[in-house]
Amino acid sequence: MSAYRTGLRVGATSLTLAALLLSATACGGTTRENSGNEPGAGSQASGGADPDAAIKEGLKIAFLPKQVNNPYFTVSDNGGKAAVTEFKGEYKEVGPSEASASSQVSYINTLSQQGMDVIVTSANDPNAICGALNQAKAAGAKIVTFDSDTKPECRQIFVNQVTAQGIAENQVKLISQQIGGEGEIAILSATANATNQNAWIALMKEELKKPDYSKIKLVTVAYGNDDDQKSFQETQGLLQSYPNLKGIISPTTVGVAAAARYLSGSQYKGKVKLTGLGTPNQMREFVKDGSVDAFALWNPADLGYLAAYAGAALASGQITGAEGEKFTAGKLGEYTVGKDGVVILGPPTVFDKNNIDQFDF
Amino acid sequence: MSRTDAGAPEQVSATALTVPDRQRRGLTERLLAVRELSLLIALAALVLVTSVRNDRFLSNQSVKDLLLGCALLVILAVGQTLVIVTRNVDLSVGSILGLVAFATGSLFLAAPGTPWPVALLLGVGLGAMCGVVNGGLIAVARVPALVITLGTLYAFRGVDYYWASGRQINAADMPRSFLRLGNQTLLGVPVLFLVALVVVAAVGFYLRSYRSGRELYAIGSEPAAARLSGIPVGRRVFAVFVANGALAGLAGVLYAARFGTLDAAAGTGLELQVVAAAVVGGVAIFGGSGSAYGAALGAVLLTTIGSSLAVLRIDPFWQQAVVGALILAAIGLDRLLALRTAARLRGRSAHGA
Amino acid sequence: MAHDSLYAAPPRADAEGGAGRLATVRGVLGSWDAVIVVALVVAVLLAGLTVENFATGRNAQFLLLDLVPLALLALPMTLIVVTGEIDLSVASMVGLGSTLMGQLWLSSGLSLELICLLVVLLGAVLGAVNGLFVTGFGLPSLAVTIGTLALYRGLSFVVLGDQAVADFPAGWTAAVVRNIPGTSIPVALVGVLLLALLFGVVLHFTPIGRALYAMGNNDQAATFAGVSVARTKFWLFVVSGAVCGLVGVFWTLRYASARGDNATGLELTVVTAVLLGGVSIFGGRGGLLGVVAGVLLLGVLRNALQLADVDANALTIVTGTLLIVSVVLPNAVADVRARLHRRRQRARPVAP
Repeated sequence: MSAYRTGLRVGATSLTLAALLLSATACGGTTRENSGNEPGAGSQASGGADPDAAIKEGLKIAFLPKQVNNPYFTVSDNGGKAAVTEFKGEYKEVGPSEASASSQVSYINTLSQQGMDVIVTSANDPNAICGALNQAKAAGAKIVTFDSDTKPECRQIFVNQVTAQGIAENQVKLISQQIGGEGEIAILSATANATNQNAWIALMKEELKKPDYSKIKLVTVAYGNDDDQKSFQETQGLLQSYPNLKGIISPTTVGVAAAARYLSGSQYKGKVKLTGLGTPNQMREFVKDGSVDAFALWNPADLGYLAAYAGAALASGQITGAEGEKFTAGKLGEYTVGKDGVVILGPPTVFDKNNIDQFDF
Repeated sequence: MSRTDAGAPEQVSATALTVPDRQRRGLTERLLAVRELSLLIALAALVLVTSVRNDRFLSNQSVKDLLLGCALLVILAVGQTLVIVTRNVDLSVGSILGLVAFATGSLFLAAPGTPWPVALLLGVGLGAMCGVVNGGLIAVARVPALVITLGTLYAFRGVDYYWASGRQINAADMPRSFLRLGNQTLLGVPVLFLVALVVVAAVGFYLRSYRSGRELYAIGSEPAAARLSGIPVGRRVFAVFVANGALAGLAGVLYAARFGTLDAAAGTGLELQVVAAAVVGGVAIFGGSGSAYGAALGAVLLTTIGSSLAVLRIDPFWQQAVVGALILAAIGLDRLLALRTAARLRGRSAHGA
Repeated sequence: MAHDSLYAAPPRADAEGGAGRLATVRGVLGSWDAVIVVALVVAVLLAGLTVENFATGRNAQFLLLDLVPLALLALPMTLIVVTGEIDLSVASMVGLGSTLMGQLWLSSGLSLELICLLVVLLGAVLGAVNGLFVTGFGLPSLAVTIGTLALYRGLSFVVLGDQAVADFPAGWTAAVVRNIPGTSIPVALVGVLLLALLFGVVLHFTPIGRALYAMGNNDQAATFAGVSVARTKFWLFVVSGAVCGLVGVFWTLRYASARGDNATGLELTVVTAVLLGGVSIFGGRGGLLGVVAGVLLLGVLRNALQLADVDANALTIVTGTLLIVSVVLPNAVADVRARLHRRRQRARPVAP
């Protein structure tokens, strides 16, 4: 087996040589300082908008949610479907069964290959799907993001549920009302990587610095990974580590439902307040049994509906994504494109035991 | 799990049992007891350290939470023990759990008046059906369970996804009496945990005291020898997969009762934790040794680690890494013990001769 | 009836007609390469004829680019499975490689060239840890790599936490997705082909390769034949880790994003592709051509079904079913043949 030994030796030697060569070239290599990264040029509106253009019929509009098995996206995509039916387009929903950016890229490529007029997507990663979106844009598709944005230069319009600022203000106000304006609070978030939640939490921390909330202390942020069991465990951990905890904010639909279910079966029911972002169907039980006073959410169906209309307006030439342009979104009325191509759905709805039965989503 | 022989306990096919074998068995059993004891010590140390840092960790509520939290994992780990002991593995348990949980929710949605015991039975039945698919494919294909159950991990989950098609079932859709199962207590102990205890005791007793139970160990330690000594290897392995499927089904129904909110992703990735719990609990991945009690303790230990990391406010990012390190430590320890046993046996037989 | 071993080939030498049956199994599996290549050709033709937009250069580029990580990871995995071991930690090593690359780029000030090299080396170190546990301590690779699957994924979250690093130079991120000028074939594919060639030559045309098969068939026999089983397996795990590091670099640049959850769950697809390619999970059988065809078949099916607007959930079912079929079918065919053969033999003495 000397041949075999020699083989090993040759292999090792060539590996070392390759390493040496590479590290030699590395001396004059690309570093973070000299890489010359420039921030994106921003969305360039090409051509002029014609505000009077009618919405074309037969537009091919595809919804690509973060994942197809997430009930939240099922609701909002169905809102989009309703809108597409109204203006007589072709609707379809595709997406990965697990929320990963790489499989979204493959779907975007497929959609652009199929010659879609509009791709409406919610990004699993603000950067990872950018390249694919730009290719699709170059191939003639209009790009609308909703719920979770990409970098602004990768899409024409971002339909934001509410401003991050709006969410932060709303959530802090709700918890402050419920705990009587003072005491320790904690946040139970989704995954540690979640773009939206991280932005909201940062702004909540800012919001808490206001004099109105000076007696409220945010003790920690826990991550329930948008997983029932983990969220359960984290809620339990929060309550044990912080005996003086008065309230929890959980700005994610999975987290708030799990935390509510935990509270409703524990000694802390009614004593520790919980608010967050949840769907009325998920939370109805817990609002009625007194575990939760009030929580908030935008209407996800309206979000999809608005995103579909924004896409149609883009594809019909009504708007280009530049600031100040206006378009009409069916039953929701008129919307104006804001800075960086952002369209905002509106303030979140607050649900409590008085109004929760009026909603079904 | 047919009881083939009502005869005396502690009876492996007598032909295979020679005197040194019996000696080794005694030693192995003592070693297993040592393993269970060391798990208990680790658990006690963990609880102690955590409660020193935070006295609420031992409060009534917290203990109740711990017991509630580990119940599902305990049931799954015990089922997995049955499989691993025969030198197989079932990676599809997470998917079976998810499928059954969603089925239970759908059942209540379709027929709101269904009494919960019926739902429980149907859920266990569906889980057993999944087990039949696994066991049947393995018998037909004669390939490792690892491959087949990796395939059914996808397939069952896919069926679940397809069926749910993005829908969610909420607590309000299920009867109160059923949901109460999820957090009711009996003398301060959660019902869920009592169910898990019954499962542990039943499987533990079966493995130890029934002829067919002992035969599972024989299959796991030396399949060829087991076959030659007349053990119906195929039938036993098939039965083990059905039993494990049924237990995963049971866990699925209890999952629905406990969490109330169900979508198609329930139980995703659980299989790793289950295998980890069994391995940490001293069930040898090569088959042939391990006990249901050890696996249950492993499950409790893993759950407690999760809870105490949360209580100690250790960076949540570390949690998964700790679980991984623990698996490595556990199998490393097993290997060490096995080597030492082998050395001692060699020494003893030298003296004996 | 059932197979009974996770790690060793099932004893199928039943006293009567055992040798004949073994030969049939071999024959069927030997032609599995051919079967899978034919299946690939059929799939491509069918998709090209029936699925709109499939047979275009642009689609080929998308398809191939998506397959690069899978193809790269399948190469060392093939060698490992041939020796009867398995490495389930590959996707986690990719993830950890990716986050380390991000962290180094973010805070070390090193040049990107050096960082890429470091990440590959680090992958090799991670692989060496696997190898040490498997060969040094004699533990089953399945259990070890399930452990490191969790460990490395956990560490990759520890490295970057909740951040994602995305500001890699545009020149680099564009380079990995660039096509060979004048074609729609990604440049990255050339690298994959070269590596595939290297692995193929090593596996099929060198003493090392023959030793790998020998180990898969019988560890002890290989040892007696003078091959250091432990050392060879150790180096296989190291190579696997290094390739994972490379894929981590590719993944990070391709998606311009270093995150803790990159490539989660990819290990299952890699194992599926390798088994689909005809490598026996017991070790000792299978070839690289089949695996490459298996990877392509998986990619073509996914792409075509996606283009045909088939639900992602159906794709999950298809992946699982493919895996099961690819292991059940050869055995079932061998079974039927053996039974026919036996019947014929039994019939013969009666005839005259």
